[in-house]
Amino acid sequence: MPVPILKQGAFLIACIQPGLSDHQLLMLEDHLSGEVERSRAEGVIIDVSALDVMDSFATRTLRSISQTTRLRGARTVVVGIQPDVAFAMIQLGLTMDDVSTALDLEEAIATLAAGRAKRHGRG
Amino acid sequence: MAVAEEDIHVPIDRDVDVVTAREKGRELASRLGFSRTDLTLIATAISEVARNIVVYAGHGELVISPAQQGERCGIAILARDQGPGIPDIGKAMLDGFSTGKSLGLGLPGARRMMDEFEINSTVGAGTTVAMRKWVR
Repeated sequence: MPVPILKQGAFLIACIQPGLSDHQLLMLEDHLSGEVERSRAEGVIIDVSALDVMDSFATRTLRSISQTTRLRGARTVVVGIQPDVAFAMIQLGLTMDDVSTALDLEEAIATLAAGRAKRHGRG
Repeated sequence: MAVAEEDIHVPIDRDVDVVTAREKGRELASRLGFSRTDLTLIATAISEVARNIVVYAGHGELVISPAQQGERCGIAILARDQGPGIPDIGKAMLDGFSTGKSLGLGLPGARRMMDEFEINSTVGAGTTVAMRKWVR
């Protein structure tokens, strides 16, 4: 059950399904980094709204995806962290300081589009 | 009258077993009457201790069962393996301490998420983590 990656304009969207194993998360990381390269995406949106647990491994992998794609010139926004999941992450001591987050897909696209307009305006 | 719950044994050998363990734990906790927030905390704590088995010991087992103490009822989670053991438990319980395979938040994080947490480890013999949380 690999995570499907959709393309929406200059952005890639991955919706993580519940019950994803560590291995599948690492595959997503690989897959996304290949897709960013191949499609020259400027932004990546990872929808985690279906996840009822985000433990240290999931958080570390999302951080790693965000950092890797940034080095490739794309921004990552993590979308839809559930309130209970956010609370558990705080208890666990996990932070996503270096990862952009948004409440929903619409807000994530707006964030990425605004960043894009800024970059292109400057160029 | 509540239906008697059996202990749930989950063998932990691979990463997918981590997912199975936390799903079974969440199901039992839900039947025991925990709040939604507590269900997430319990599932996350299970995920951390189960992953430690996969990463550091390779094989082990989780036993998830209802707990009772006087009027209180709750959930008990026992994670045990016959892995290499932890040489310095004090260090392993510090936030951010890791031998390099993780963020080092698993054990101290699990302790914060549960009401009771006890860890015993013998180098060369294995590690046992016992955690409990009570329904509020």
